[in-house]
Amino acid sequence: MKNTPEPNAGYAARDRAWHPPALHPPYKTSVLRSPSAPLLSLPTSLGEETGPVFGQAMLGDMDHDLVHNYAEPGESAIGPRIIVHGRVTDEAGRPVPNALLEVWQANAGGRYRHKKEGYLAPLDPNFGGCGRVLTDEQGFYEFRTIQPGAYPWPNGGNDWRPAHIHFSIFGDAFAQRLITQMYFEGDPLIPLCPIVGAIPHKDAVQSLIAELDMTRTVPMDARAWRFDIVLRGKRQTLFENRLEGL
Amino acid sequence: MTRRYPMLKETPSQTAGPYVHIGMNPNVTGIHGVYEADLGAAMKTGAVHGEEITITGTVTDGMGSILKDVVLEIWQADADGLFNTPGETRGAADPEFSGWGRAAADLQTGEYRFDTVKPGRVPWRDGRLQAPHISVWIVARGINIGLHTRLYFDDEGEANAEDPVLMRIEHQHRVPTLIAQKTGDGAYRFDIRLQGENETIFFDM
Ligand SMILES: [Fe+2]
Repeated sequence: MKNTPEPNAGYAARDRAWHPPALHPPYKTSVLRSPSAPLLSLPTSLGEETGPVFGQAMLGDMDHDLVHNYAEPGESAIGPRIIVHGRVTDEAGRPVPNALLEVWQANAGGRYRHKKEGYLAPLDPNFGGCGRVLTDEQGFYEFRTIQPGAYPWPNGGNDWRPAHIHFSIFGDAFAQRLITQMYFEGDPLIPLCPIVGAIPHKDAVQSLIAELDMTRTVPMDARAWRFDIVLRGKRQTLFENRLEGL
Repeated sequence: MTRRYPMLKETPSQTAGPYVHIGMNPNVTGIHGVYEADLGAAMKTGAVHGEEITITGTVTDGMGSILKDVVLEIWQADADGLFNTPGETRGAADPEFSGWGRAAADLQTGEYRFDTVKPGRVPWRDGRLQAPHISVWIVARGINIGLHTRLYFDDEGEANAEDPVLMRIEHQHRVPTLIAQKTGDGAYRFDIRLQGENETIFFDM
């Protein structure tokens, strides 16, 4: 018997209770930037089920090496050298190949290279803070960087962001478009952060915390952290489920 | 094995934060030389089919202040209603038009701008034609999960009147928040209001 999903079943709706709500008053900027009317729920159509596709030819050789992609020749960024790797799948566990991941982060001292950044920690002349990589055929990705520092930000009187790397992710469909942040296992600032705290469920927070992965560590060079990403999946119909159960 | 959806939970969203440009538009914030050009800055790679248009606008918060740190992405069909992606099975899209654009609002004025083409009509799930429209995705500091909306055109009144999405909107007085105003030859304005009076309709699709 053929396991044929209903044609154009579309993408499953997001579980909005799993994501942070638009309004989370402890994160003050969200108060005026959150829609007050409910989102209008509709099934996906072609424009949501398709999206731009990126190729290796659009990327530079150094794009996935933040230690060197902004550094002078022979120089490298200052800070703990790390590898970040993981797998991108959809909610059904299917790997998402050719997914573009764009990452950005502060330097080892917690300072961003940005026109609007005013933290007194110094810039690293050899660190830009951006990188990007495509997943391979099995959905795996890897990039090299330095461990970012924690930094203070104006929100409450004394709020500090836990060390984190920002991720922008493209899957196959515009409906899957996602931006998130990866944190580091063991960081005591994670439970104190109002941005992390916008996420209602502790298991959801846990899924943003990368784990130290000694198996991928390069001896005498870099530690490795593993961060897996799950994108929205296609709706599976009862029809499909029933057939798979047979 | 019975595989019941969902098996895994989607990775939760977090705000893009104030420094989103470093990762998505590094040249906008003075990081030159890492990427040749910012991704999505150019949607056209040559002579394109159809009408070339510009879309400009601002994004304002619940107090009417313009966001200067917002980044928008758009995704749309080409002039013939085809998407430039392998998932497009109805025909070959215009190879000189990507259909995807990304723009940071001007860091001083908050104005955004896309140079694109007027999209053709694309069928809804049941085959009815949708009015020409563009999918818009908005991220910024203070936005915990990217906001999806749609841009329609005020000179497409007939198509808009039979658009399956616009017709589904219960609060019809809010429909104008989705409609870009023609301001000149090939020029449209689309202002987005995150909250409050004339709040733009955002979709969960
Ligand atoms: Fe950050």
